[in-house]
Amino acid sequence: MLTFLIRRLLSSIPVVVAVLALCFLLVRIAPGSPFASERALDPRTKAMLEEKYGLSGSLPEQLLRYGFNVLRGDLGDSLKFRGRTVAEIIGQSLPRSLLLGSISFTLALGLGIPLGAWAAAHHGKKADSFLNSLALLTLSTPTFVLAPVSVLVFAFGLKLLPPAGWGTLSQLILPAICLAIPFIGVCARLTRSGLLETLGSDFIRTARAKGVSETNLVYLHALRPAILPLVAYAGPLAANILTGSLVIEEVFAIPGIGQFFVNGVINRDVFLVSGVVLVYCLLLLLFNLIADWLTALLDPRIRVAS
Amino acid sequence: MIFRRGLPGLLGLLCIFSLAGCGSGPRADLVLCNGAEPQTLDPALVSGQLEGRICAALYEGLTRRDARGRSVPGAAESWTVSPDGRTYTFTLRENLRWSNGDPITAEDFCYSWLRALDPATGSPYAEIFYFIRGAEDYQAGRAPAESVEIAAPDARTLVVRLKNPVPFFPSLTSFTTYLPVHRATVAKHGDRWTRPEHWVGSGPYRLKGWRVNDRVALEKNPRYHGADRVRLSRIDALAVTRASTAFNLYSSGQADVLLDKGLIPSLIMPKLRGRPDFHPAPLFATYFYRFNVTRPPFDNPKVRRAFSLAIDKEAIVERITRGGEPIALSLTPRGVPGYRPPAGPVASPVTAKALLREAGYPNGQGFPRVSLLYNKSELNEQVAVEIQAQWKRELGVEVDLRNQEWATYLRSLDSLDFEIARSSWVGDYDDPLTFLDCFATGRGNNRTGWSDPKYDSLLDQAQADPAAASRLRKLEQAEEILVNQAMPILPLYHFVGCLMFDPKKWDGLMPNLLDEHPFSEIGARPPRLSK
Amino acid sequence: MKLSRSALVILGLLGMLGIAAVFGPIFSPYGVGELSDNRLAPPSAEHWLGTDLHGRDLMTRLMYGARISLLVGFVGASISLFIGVVYGLIAGYAGGRTDNRMMRLVDVLYALPRIVLVIVLISLFDLKLKSLLDGTFLAPFATHARLLLLFVGLGMVEWLTLARIVRAQVLTIKERPFVLSSRLIGQSTPVILFRQILPQVIPIVVTYLTLALPAVILEESFLSFLGLGVQAPLASWGTLLADGASMLNPIDTPWWLIVFPALALVSCLLLFNLLGDQLRRLGTDSER
Repeated sequence: MLTFLIRRLLSSIPVVVAVLALCFLLVRIAPGSPFASERALDPRTKAMLEEKYGLSGSLPEQLLRYGFNVLRGDLGDSLKFRGRTVAEIIGQSLPRSLLLGSISFTLALGLGIPLGAWAAAHHGKKADSFLNSLALLTLSTPTFVLAPVSVLVFAFGLKLLPPAGWGTLSQLILPAICLAIPFIGVCARLTRSGLLETLGSDFIRTARAKGVSETNLVYLHALRPAILPLVAYAGPLAANILTGSLVIEEVFAIPGIGQFFVNGVINRDVFLVSGVVLVYCLLLLLFNLIADWLTALLDPRIRVAS
Repeated sequence: MIFRRGLPGLLGLLCIFSLAGCGSGPRADLVLCNGAEPQTLDPALVSGQLEGRICAALYEGLTRRDARGRSVPGAAESWTVSPDGRTYTFTLRENLRWSNGDPITAEDFCYSWLRALDPATGSPYAEIFYFIRGAEDYQAGRAPAESVEIAAPDARTLVVRLKNPVPFFPSLTSFTTYLPVHRATVAKHGDRWTRPEHWVGSGPYRLKGWRVNDRVALEKNPRYHGADRVRLSRIDALAVTRASTAFNLYSSGQADVLLDKGLIPSLIMPKLRGRPDFHPAPLFATYFYRFNVTRPPFDNPKVRRAFSLAIDKEAIVERITRGGEPIALSLTPRGVPGYRPPAGPVASPVTAKALLREAGYPNGQGFPRVSLLYNKSELNEQVAVEIQAQWKRELGVEVDLRNQEWATYLRSLDSLDFEIARSSWVGDYDDPLTFLDCFATGRGNNRTGWSDPKYDSLLDQAQADPAAASRLRKLEQAEEILVNQAMPILPLYHFVGCLMFDPKKWDGLMPNLLDEHPFSEIGARPPRLSK
Repeated sequence: MKLSRSALVILGLLGMLGIAAVFGPIFSPYGVGELSDNRLAPPSAEHWLGTDLHGRDLMTRLMYGARISLLVGFVGASISLFIGVVYGLIAGYAGGRTDNRMMRLVDVLYALPRIVLVIVLISLFDLKLKSLLDGTFLAPFATHARLLLLFVGLGMVEWLTLARIVRAQVLTIKERPFVLSSRLIGQSTPVILFRQILPQVIPIVVTYLTLALPAVILEESFLSFLGLGVQAPLASWGTLLADGASMLNPIDTPWWLIVFPALALVSCLLLFNLLGDQLRRLGTDSER
């Protein structure tokens, strides 16, 4: 177990390094300067600012400089939000995204799995196709449509919830649901397809022959192996949901980390983008690790094989 | 099973309960939507209006603005000017204190102004000091700091020598870049000095908290000399980027005031007009298009004039911007006392067609394919689509739309990689020079490649002229060249500021040309007893 | 390959969509960029689906938008298909260290948020491509440079999953008897890859295509929301939907500007996803 972990960690390091370097280079080669504004910038000032932030010299030089800083634990300063370090910005924004994301993640799994299982249990009947179509509907609707529409309906139409903001419990509900909805559909579909496949397998047929009820079959016996594709998907899902979404954060005025992926690139704020990408990458690796471990736990065949 | 399903659930519950502890405390006296997240609260580094509003609450310059935008004494209680109009002597009030108790002296102002001029600081607005003798040379690195002609002969006196007579200089000292900073704090903490735990300032409010992308929390500064004038003890300035979100926050009562026109969706503006909580006012800002005069076809003034005359500006402000904006016939908006901006040519499609024919492109035939550059934003695109259609209809010319994201757009502007580009300019101080100076030869903000020695000389003459009236006349002549003869730019409309707040609940907010809404002037009206 | 009835129905509906996209604008009395004074008009007899802020007929724009969205979807998905299939074939067949390294690259690209890549790609090449094309005979296409970039950019981000799927398939297929025997008789690798293995991979690729297409269209709509989608006066469903969504407000929303583009987009995506479902079921059925 420990060797497995260590081996995984070691093999992940080159991936993290490569992603970080790639991200840094991409933002630096994009045209435009992080220091430009509607007022023209004096070339001397621009050069001085580039020197100050370690962005002068050739591209490989800049990358190496950044790399050494990261190794020393210094993620750099934000170029757009002067006087703030990347670590400080991430430190303030990440917990909020994590909070919102974990609620959404719970919703996605907590609603997706039972719905998918229920659909599989009623396979072939109207309920199944209805649920399948509903699931497809949720993942075909862009968030930038869903979020404002739900604000109109629930905040202004029904006046049940606040339309935006951060700080109280009721302000969390609508963004969490909007963030979760596309993923509920995916989880439901993955559960359903996994179950349908498992339900056709031998050991289920045996159990059925033995007289186990259909419901028990679905929920107790088949679910465990059927859930494997979903577990594999849940790794990247967790990383995506926990780092939030630009749309949700802008529509609901949530001070999270998701907007930095887009706005950071648009502002050419290279250290901030690299920092949040690093966070995303680490979350991805962590949750893939957990997912793989859970897979081994749940699938006796893999355990036996290793 | 339970373990895996339960774990996220457990996590979720834990988080929800922990949320109870991370609320933002009792609501502030006033919650307002200021705009996007402030990039910095260091007055030397500020270049945006939204940061300027907060800085006006955190620091106080020699003069300050009142609720009507008028310049009134601030840290300086009085000043005198020499007969030639070039030397100002400011007398600071007695017993001024920083928020940590240190006395505020004239030396603090010297230090702060020199710091903003210091090339190592990288201030985007250093040139606002260039009226002071020696300032430009110091900023350019050609002279030491001592050669800048500001002096503090004693703790309460500040003497400034200007290159030319500048009648608006006292009001200029309320501008953000001129605000004083606390020397010891800056020296000790460097870039981090604006953090709430280190911050020290001289304004009506203190920086209580500043959470990124969330809010700036201000609380009344008891050491401010006019503290008994300041009525609200806690103000929260929210950071919101989308107009629809800001408007939603206001509609649901979570925000009390919307300060920026950009925070109101333009679509519903006509519906809002007439509502008691909608307060429009003309702004000292203009939306215009630039022509690249260094390449054909816009190197030909006839072509530029044709393009200008073909546009129906009324249609744009009526159908697209919808805020009741006045159309712009000049670059400088009306409102500067004594200044009569020259009227540029009135729309005339017939003349436009004739001009284009004279330039060699009858009915648009043979006209090269040009593009209209703008940065990604709904409004810009909407205006561009209308104008594109107007040019097609009136001149028979095909203009492509070219939308770029911000950084790329600025790059294209600077490198003159465009034919027509959208732009806007907000006046920094209430004088036409702030607009006209941009288009002098070689200025960074020129961005058209246009250069006219006559225009430059008129501007120089105006700046050297001590008499206010003749000075303004010269500026009018210069602007006449800009908007009526050479026409390297095409002004479209002047911005209109909109405030949204309930006048029964709040006072001290008055729409004004410079869009100054000092927080220290705002107060809550006592609730009326219902009958 | 016998398609079920539902699959035929879906294909039929998609076909109708295609016809509307191709021929609809020809029969419409309005141009796609034609402004009029009848602005923000709700659906009426003259404008069946209403008009937008500039007085442009929504129905015409929706049909043009169908062309662009479907084009972007097809080309983007095809590019991702091409790259993904070739990559997966090579990685899977080569095995060992080459496979390892190739999949490592996929891992790295997977961990990079796609939006970063797309924004940089678009802004970087937007300038260069235009100036490149300006001097050549392709100049009229310069205005569509953005469209071209979208094809490439969106295709670039979707090929990763396909590469993984194809590689996994190839790993099992290459151990099958008919492949082994081909190797024994000395057939060259390209022949084996493209004549023997590729046909086996096609079913899953086709299924994936029907799922990648909606993903690309959805991605394009998000880019339009950010302002990086197709340029005016072209319109895709993404831009129409983004424009409509920006007009939502609690006082007076022009509902037709959001409902109809949303319906169009969502139904199209739904149809493609359902088709993918049907094809996948076909695949598993035939395997049994």
